[in-house]
Amino acid sequence: MQFFGGSEISPSPPAPTASGNNGHMLYVFNRNGICLLYREWNRPLHTLNAQQDHKLMFGLLFSLKSLTAKMDPTSAEKGNLGVPQLPGQGCSFHSFRTNTYKLSFMETPSGIKIILVTHPRTGDLRESLKYIYNLYVEYVVKNPLYTPGSPIRSELFNTTLDQYVRGIA
Amino acid sequence: MPPVAPRSGDAIFANIERVNAELFTLTYGAIVRQLLTDLEEVEEVNKQLDQMGYNIGIRLIDEFLAKSNVSRCVDFRETADVIAKVGFKMFLGVTASVTNWDAEGTCCSIVLEDNPLVDFVELPDNYQGLYYCNILSGVIRGALDMVSMKAEVTWLRDALRGDDVFELQVKLLKQVPEEYPYKDDE
Repeated sequence: MQFFGGSEISPSPPAPTASGNNGHMLYVFNRNGICLLYREWNRPLHTLNAQQDHKLMFGLLFSLKSLTAKMDPTSAEKGNLGVPQLPGQGCSFHSFRTNTYKLSFMETPSGIKIILVTHPRTGDLRESLKYIYNLYVEYVVKNPLYTPGSPIRSELFNTTLDQYVRGIA
Repeated sequence: MPPVAPRSGDAIFANIERVNAELFTLTYGAIVRQLLTDLEEVEEVNKQLDQMGYNIGIRLIDEFLAKSNVSRCVDFRETADVIAKVGFKMFLGVTASVTNWDAEGTCCSIVLEDNPLVDFVELPDNYQGLYYCNILSGVIRGALDMVSMKAEVTWLRDALRGDDVFELQVKLLKQVPEEYPYKDDE
């Protein structure tokens, strides 16, 4: 398997800070609701089993997207609440924050959803999520042994991801 | 923070890792030659090239979206423009043009004047039914499939068969909106 040397993964990652492990969890879903990747670095409390947790997360985001699109005060055309939308169409939310964590979300027009849960004082992570999407493309999509739509089992991807998330402010 | 603007095809092409054009052309030629030897029927080879293109397209779309930063296209016209100007430029290094829009805006032609796949290629008489570049139609079909657009892609003009340019007809069949995938509510 050749190393993807020489090419810069663009955009270049935001500069890492000195602080340690800031990411709590990462989920990657595809358009069919299959959880392609779940990484956990710092999660003291587990309330549900993995299956239910993924379903809950996917369902939450699906509904939030729908709600934010319908409540958009600037958009002219609104269907009824619950009408399915094309991924990326209409306005899309990108994060929400509680007193204990911040959840950042990115969805691509191809239906790949990347969710990163971090500590509440994290800044805007949209660039970081784009960088993670680029990592996904380089290490997962371009891997001929990977079947699209199946869970990701790539050590190299996991290691690179861990290293990158550790450096996010 | 303002959203990052989509990058033009030229800018991305300059930054992306490239392979030698002749290597690419000769490798593709070897693939087609091997398919002809294995499958013997020209129709079978056409189908197989389309299927291979489809498998490439479903992965290529993610790379395209990641590197080019385009947001969701508003309508099919914009989609066709993006495919021709950014997509072809980024992956093949050539710019295509979009022509022949029909009245509803669901069917158009993408015209390629030069095509790196067919350098040095001549079609012999007994293979006149072969669509040599059929992999391209599969790639476009696969990529559009992953962005919820079902499309049909066919060749109108093929320079290997005597026409002057390559012309692909891309017809949007329907847009498939996203449905909530879990049927049972637990």
